[in-house]
Amino acid sequence: MKPAVEIKPAAEVKAVLDASAGEVAAKKRRAATIRTVSLAAGFIAVILVVNVLAHGNFLEPGNITNILRQITVNAIMAVGQTFVIITAGIDLSVGSLIALTSVVMAQVSNALPFGGAGNFVVTVLAVIGVGAFAGYINALPVVKLGLPPFITTLAMMQVARGLAFILAHGQPIPLHASAAFDWLGTGYLLSGIPGFPGVPYAVLVMAAVAIVFSVLLGRTAYGRYVLALGGNEEAARLAGINTGRVKTLVYVISGGCAAVAGVLLTARFASGAPQNGSGYELQAIAAVVVGGTSLMGGRGSIVGTFFGALLIGVLYNVMNLLHVESYTQLIVLGVVILLAVVLDQLRKRYLAR
Amino acid sequence: MHGIVKTFPGVRALDGVSFEVVAGEVHALVGENGAGKSTLMKILAGAQPADSGEIAIDGGVVAIDGPKTAERLGIGMIYQEFNLVPDLGVIENIVLGVEPRSGFFLDRAGAAREAARVLAELGIVLPLDRTARRLTVAQQQLVEIAKCLARKARLIVMDEPTASLTDRETDALFALIATLKAQGVAFVYISHRLEELPRIADRVTVLRDGAAIETRPIAAMPQEDLIRLMVGRALENHFPELPPVADGAATVLHVSDLAADGAVPVHDVVFDVRAGEIVGLAGLVGAGRTDIVRAIAGADVPLRGEVAVDGARVVVRSPADAIRAGIALITEDRKGQGLVLGMTVRENTTLAHLQAFAHNGFIDRPAETAATNEKIAELRIRTPSSEQTVRNLSGGNQQKVVLAKWLIGRARVFLFDEPTRGIDVGAKAEIYALMVELLRQGAGIVMVSSELPEVLGMSHRVLVVRGGTIRAEFARGEATPQKVIAVATGVAA
Repeated sequence: MKPAVEIKPAAEVKAVLDASAGEVAAKKRRAATIRTVSLAAGFIAVILVVNVLAHGNFLEPGNITNILRQITVNAIMAVGQTFVIITAGIDLSVGSLIALTSVVMAQVSNALPFGGAGNFVVTVLAVIGVGAFAGYINALPVVKLGLPPFITTLAMMQVARGLAFILAHGQPIPLHASAAFDWLGTGYLLSGIPGFPGVPYAVLVMAAVAIVFSVLLGRTAYGRYVLALGGNEEAARLAGINTGRVKTLVYVISGGCAAVAGVLLTARFASGAPQNGSGYELQAIAAVVVGGTSLMGGRGSIVGTFFGALLIGVLYNVMNLLHVESYTQLIVLGVVILLAVVLDQLRKRYLAR
Repeated sequence: MHGIVKTFPGVRALDGVSFEVVAGEVHALVGENGAGKSTLMKILAGAQPADSGEIAIDGGVVAIDGPKTAERLGIGMIYQEFNLVPDLGVIENIVLGVEPRSGFFLDRAGAAREAARVLAELGIVLPLDRTARRLTVAQQQLVEIAKCLARKARLIVMDEPTASLTDRETDALFALIATLKAQGVAFVYISHRLEELPRIADRVTVLRDGAAIETRPIAAMPQEDLIRLMVGRALENHFPELPPVADGAATVLHVSDLAADGAVPVHDVVFDVRAGEIVGLAGLVGAGRTDIVRAIAGADVPLRGEVAVDGARVVVRSPADAIRAGIALITEDRKGQGLVLGMTVRENTTLAHLQAFAHNGFIDRPAETAATNEKIAELRIRTPSSEQTVRNLSGGNQQKVVLAKWLIGRARVFLFDEPTRGIDVGAKAEIYALMVELLRQGAGIVMVSSELPEVLGMSHRVLVVRGGTIRAEFARGEATPQKVIAVATGVAA
């Protein structure tokens, strides 16, 4: 098609734009790299200081794997939560879903007539199914009736917790049917190398979840739809996007991630307990927000969320090493959450000028 | 205002603008989209700081460091999108932020008295018991004006005040402005409707590319001069030549018995659009024109009726169905419905056809960028690159991004809802030329427009809508403003 009004030939304009396209993309990448590197550098600087304060205990390889393992549950929940928050929603049910999936996991695994890898696979699939289904139920009233997600997931938070207690008769259920769960809970990859503590399997699961969902959000049409829906739902709908389906899937992802987190937690303690995961939903939301995802929707990243979860994990660990009292820890964490968001706002305002 | 400079990343929005307004004057400010009108206004309102330059009121230099300061200095702002609290009543909105108090408590009687005083001064009557949400657009505007007066504004800045008013409401607004003028209130009047300026303005200043080009008394500024100054080149003809529809041209869009429950219910809608034809939908605001095109495009789900594209029947239950069938709806409200403002030009351009750029769900970004650059060049979208956030573009360029989004696909039918609202003459001409180009490619166009000259000048056939259905049809030759208005207002069948 010809240009509407001739000023400069369109082909010429396009050539200029195309020529600079690589440069524009490179500039964007550079900005992203600078952001990540500066974040990491800040992190490392703080860590070095802390390490000195902690008499070198912090940078012990054992401590580092410890931190990574401690953040797995929160980080995986936060990955799912990121999708929900990008659509300007919220999922309060994930903490209770950990309890529900934890109990279901122990019961299913113990009830199966076979053990070993078969037991492991069937149990894990069943548990993820439960989490995903709970997410689907969360989404139904949001999508069909336009109810606020705060309400539907608050209801699910109560229901799932109650269900977990009823199923377990209020008691933790020991998990003993498959050795595979012990590996997942407490095992290390490459633990045979001298001086290297190995990588906990749970950490590998976290890495896999983060990478898969980061690619889903950043590289696929579905991820683009999630961001578009969060930015302007009506414009997304009129662009032919099935916004109901996109939204439903977001809650299914969050429920599924909560289930995976539940599996790791349960495997670690070899026990399915209805008390598990209490208050975890707020930790996950904190990681997402600290990671720079906007509660207003339309903006966010999995990488950011991972760093958010890592920051919170490091903070707890450092405070423990420095023997900070647990009550004080709560206050420090609250201040850090607030500071992180304030700094992010200031950065954005600076960039906008 | 003197020597105002404002720069944004990559753009020098204002480049030393100077102009003055005297008491009791209506000073019109015109310019293409992106000329700097909005930015100037925001600086005056204290919403954004100027980089340099000075603002003087009554001869004294002032620093406007925030909206409160602007208000205290007697500057009132009426934006195109009103700033009313929808669930508060008329009185509460008028006194919002300047509520009379008795001690710690709100003084309701005092608020009512103050609102009554202001409304009496304006000589207008409003349903005081209604919430702002339930007022008409014209009534909401009156509340905005009353708000300014309750704050003792001496300079009122209005952005496109007549954009969504009927002719009669516009007359009433102009009468009101005249009254206030007589009381010494000054106005800065921003409008794209050049034909109304001689009726209301005393002087006019033309902005172009962030600079004030010229100020003249309106009497000494014929419309042709105005347009030439605005675009920096002469636009000899407002509307392009419409190529005639070929004899025996195939029907692209067939609509029969269509009914839907949108904002305005529509029923028994029957019409055809042939290849290479523009069908204009004329009518008053609220007649149901927008609702007809929304139903065709699946934005509102039709209750019944038949829609066929190129002879093939389409079941439209969602916008996706319509898009798949080759129907593109370019909505009226680009910020609310057309664009994801926080996304880039590229992301917005490909949004409706993302599957075409995806392999197994993964997006091919280089292909996206190439397609977007092609549209940027074709539509002359003024943006540094495809990676610019759409929020940072001017209104006309945003509208072009919306068009780019729909041109990416191979749509057969384009439904344009108020395609040139709030857009300057230069961009208007570009959009008209684009429509003609679409006709040449064999597409069919339905155009909803509240500007009668536009409907008459840019349609092969005019359908007049009233009460949710089509009441009359006029061929290009026989459609006159009188006939169309007679049907639209119910004077004639």
